[in-house]
Amino acid sequence: MVKYSQPRLDASFAALSDATRRGVLEQLGRSDASITDLAERFHMTLAGMMKHVGILEQAELVTTQKVGRVRTCKLGRRRLDQEAAWLEGHRQLWDSRFDQLDDVVQELKRKETRDDRENTK
Amino acid sequence: MTERTQNEPTSAKNPTTVERRSERELVVTRTINGPPRLVFQAFAQPELFGRWWLPKSYGLTLVSCEADVRVGGRYRLLIRPPAAAEPMAFHGRYLEVTPHARLVWTNEEGGDGGAVTTVTFAEKDGRTLLVIHDLYPSKKALDDAIASGATGGMPETLGQLDELVGDLGAS
Repeated sequence: MVKYSQPRLDASFAALSDATRRGVLEQLGRSDASITDLAERFHMTLAGMMKHVGILEQAELVTTQKVGRVRTCKLGRRRLDQEAAWLEGHRQLWDSRFDQLDDVVQELKRKETRDDRENTK
Repeated sequence: MTERTQNEPTSAKNPTTVERRSERELVVTRTINGPPRLVFQAFAQPELFGRWWLPKSYGLTLVSCEADVRVGGRYRLLIRPPAAAEPMAFHGRYLEVTPHARLVWTNEEGGDGGAVTTVTFAEKDGRTLLVIHDLYPSKKALDDAIASGATGGMPETLGQLDELVGDLGAS
């Protein structure tokens, strides 16, 4: 499995230590939102929300994109990374299993050939 | 939605692929060097199954393995992770059993969130193309499985933080 680095963990812990930021993540899990939307939903100033989003962005939990005058926030690549890491772990598990299955099947094949030979004697 | 990984094929070894085929489906494939008849046997006979199901390098101990491979029959595996006192039980029942071609079983240890596993054995030039297809009851069930950090029911800890991040993202 992929090990997550210490600075990244520190940034994540810091980002998640705040209830508003956890709420923002939950919200973005449902749908993307602009900073203005988020500020309204969490009853705070635009500047206050920008600060929270900035911290989430640094921790790679959120990405933002500015189109015209609107900055849209969405969940970051972090979850995709986690999924890719999990899939690779899953593949390695099955790969090891299949190697052993191959051995068992080879043994069955040899046994069958031996039995055939004895039956035709 | 398609995340796919594959190892480097070598002359001696067939590649294993894993793919999240949809929100609810996970598919693993591999060609095994033997006919479906024998590969099926290695799935259907508990004493053979127990010899390959746990990768040796994972340090897991198979405490017991029972499998009544017929429609409606049940299986139960007791697995002890390294340094754990209590073994974990994996269990379910067989929904379809078509000798040398197809096996379908449930995974009930996780309650309602468990996947239904379909294994197909297809013959190709004397070898077997194995497809292991897991269908989860919902997108959330598969996302949760991924977020838990455990793969294939194997205990693997990514740490609580990553679980929290996964939960937040999945909700």
